[in-house]
Amino acid sequence: MFGYAGKILYVDLGRKETKTALIENGFCEKYIGGNGFAIRLLYDSTKPGIEPFDPENALVFAVGPFAGTITPASGKYIVQAKSPLTGFMGESVSSGMWGPALKRAGYDAVVIKGKAEVPTYLFIDDDNVHFRDAKNLWGQDSVETSHMIVEDIGDENVSVAAIGPAGEKLVRFANITNDRFRQAGRTGMGAVMGSKNLKAVAVRGTKTIEVHNLDKLMEVCHDLNEQCQGPGGEFYRKWGTPGMVLIMNHLAALPTRNYQRATFELAENISGEHIIGHYAPKALSCVGCPIACDHIPVIEGGPYTGTVASVDFETIYALGSECGIGYYPAIAKATDLCDRLGIDTMSTGVTVGWAMECYERGLLTKVDTGGIELTFGSHEALIEVIKKIAHREGVGNLLAEGVKRASEKVGKGSEHFAMHNKGLELPGYDVRSMKASALGFMTSTRGGCHLRSLTPDLDRGGKIDRFKGDKSYGKIVMDREDLLAVVDSLMLCKFIRRVFFTFDKFSELYRLVTGIDMTVDKLQKTGERIYNLEKAYNIREGWTRKDDHPPPRIMKEPIPDGVAKGSVLTEQEFEMMLNAYFEARGWSSDGLPQKQKLIELGLEDVAEDLGV
Amino acid sequence: MEHKFIVSDPEKCTGCRICELVCSAVKEGRFNPLFSRIRTIHIEPLENMAVACRLCENPKCVKSCPRKALKIDEKTGVILVDEQRCDGCRWCMEACEFGVIFVHKDRKISTVCDLCQLNPKCVDFCPKEALKLMTGEELGQKMRKRAFEKLVETSEAGITQKTS
Repeated sequence: MFGYAGKILYVDLGRKETKTALIENGFCEKYIGGNGFAIRLLYDSTKPGIEPFDPENALVFAVGPFAGTITPASGKYIVQAKSPLTGFMGESVSSGMWGPALKRAGYDAVVIKGKAEVPTYLFIDDDNVHFRDAKNLWGQDSVETSHMIVEDIGDENVSVAAIGPAGEKLVRFANITNDRFRQAGRTGMGAVMGSKNLKAVAVRGTKTIEVHNLDKLMEVCHDLNEQCQGPGGEFYRKWGTPGMVLIMNHLAALPTRNYQRATFELAENISGEHIIGHYAPKALSCVGCPIACDHIPVIEGGPYTGTVASVDFETIYALGSECGIGYYPAIAKATDLCDRLGIDTMSTGVTVGWAMECYERGLLTKVDTGGIELTFGSHEALIEVIKKIAHREGVGNLLAEGVKRASEKVGKGSEHFAMHNKGLELPGYDVRSMKASALGFMTSTRGGCHLRSLTPDLDRGGKIDRFKGDKSYGKIVMDREDLLAVVDSLMLCKFIRRVFFTFDKFSELYRLVTGIDMTVDKLQKTGERIYNLEKAYNIREGWTRKDDHPPPRIMKEPIPDGVAKGSVLTEQEFEMMLNAYFEARGWSSDGLPQKQKLIELGLEDVAEDLGV
Repeated sequence: MEHKFIVSDPEKCTGCRICELVCSAVKEGRFNPLFSRIRTIHIEPLENMAVACRLCENPKCVKSCPRKALKIDEKTGVILVDEQRCDGCRWCMEACEFGVIFVHKDRKISTVCDLCQLNPKCVDFCPKEALKLMTGEELGQKMRKRAFEKLVETSEAGITQKTS
């Protein structure tokens, strides 16, 4: 096969057994790779209604057909499992070296089931898969774990995806770290690893990847690489994602103090401009990426001197403005702690922001927090609480459940300002003044997320009125979700989107790499198929229409400040958009895919399962 | 004429490893960094550079080869491998102080950068222009200029102003 490794690895941790299955062109054409492979394998490998921490929950890793080739920014990998945070499809994407290493080891996907009897790490060494004792790694942070494994194996070409103590302690938003700075952060995939006694997956791949038309691929990619050095790649090259801080602040859409405000008076201090100007950070690339968006500072001076961390916009929002913290070195330190201890910075920040509001409103007391003055702006408190969450100590045990469960436990109206959708803490765009995003974030199959439809681009693009909901967003969101399902299946990075981001280009690259002719229509249909399958998975796990609703604060409290002052998402506006979205999708008004649609997409078995 | 060789600038290198993929594609027609004549090195947490044959003037790899399989190409200065003589003993690997000559894992003979007829594709593809093909003199000029620029940057009044 060209592009693909052509094999799926199945691992049973309890029995310490592995087997492989060959994949065929038909499967590739139907599901592409990455996201498509993962959801099909997850759907097929788990019983309906399974508990996320049941050993039989499947943990699926997958890469795309371009991984390990010269195709720009194509080396990402995806992790899926039933999420302990949302109870629906869990999904997270990471990059670095791990994905191409897995491809070179000979696999397009790995499906891990069962629970190891003792702490274990998996070493995928080309055709040989070893179950290795991880007793000495248990309790170690994710970075140290990776160092110890590389040292143990004695080969720096080994790439390690590991959990920290938080994954072991089943923190519901525990993440997976690979290659020091890269995380599969969202939806608690690290906790699923922990529940399986699986500390890490180390990969060494020494095999070769062949493509269908090498000469033409080199020519096309040379051109794309050059374009990435032009205006299309400039924003990420120059500022990285932290360049978003001042943009969102100017729009009054930078969630601040748990969405009590939409502008942050200290935004300058945590902006991309400040970081680039003040720290002269070092730009780092993931494998095969010509952009190098990551700008990593070394903090000098002050209490957090010596800290080195990869801090992106979402993290700056969550651990910064959301918690009222405008001191950048503290955000970097908090990020480094989250990465090492193994928790998602976004879920952490939003959950702590909620707890800070609870504390200020007297819903959580100093007794509850174990003496921590959990007020907005206190970075000392944030850092203490991060440690407590990761180890599930004291108030950390409550917050380790994520903001949805924590607010249900605390009650007293705190659910009103628990900022999540389907249990996934929201990203850093206040959707009260970004109405396409209000829809796009809530229909996301993995819970509140900006990356399923990249709607913030639309809202701030100037072509639509961001303050006003519109029926047309239904079809627009659907089209973008289908496009991005293809992007996440090819496993391209979304930061190349101003350089090449059309079905046309994807179709050309796919043909050059794999030799498989995928017309634009076929690709688009595949995106729709993948999204419908994700939706069907969620429905199978209990999804209903109300799960696509935003948290009450978004609908009840207008933005009090900045240029978006007075902006709120009305119920009527939201329902109108949601109806339009379901209609565009060809789903019922309850959001259920119809038999006709599923058959049209070649998902007859799914139609049968759903009983539609 | 002074020989040219590939120079990597660690201040510009982001560790993308595109050079390895390009080298493997151009030289072997497929993708595998283990086939690459240029290799990236990463030192945690933030340092990156790539390294290929330095074209030593008195190369230890050549001197060390027990079968006299290696010699210098007079015109370009690259190391030529006599495939009939080389038996993949890896003695050259031990001799090379930069780890840039290696025994190919499939062909089992010593393999080293040949500068692609003085048009190296890794240099052509490097997105950050961290890789350059240059002579020792050109490298010296670059380093001297950089040192002077740093001096100017750190000098409060600006050295050029003082001297003009």
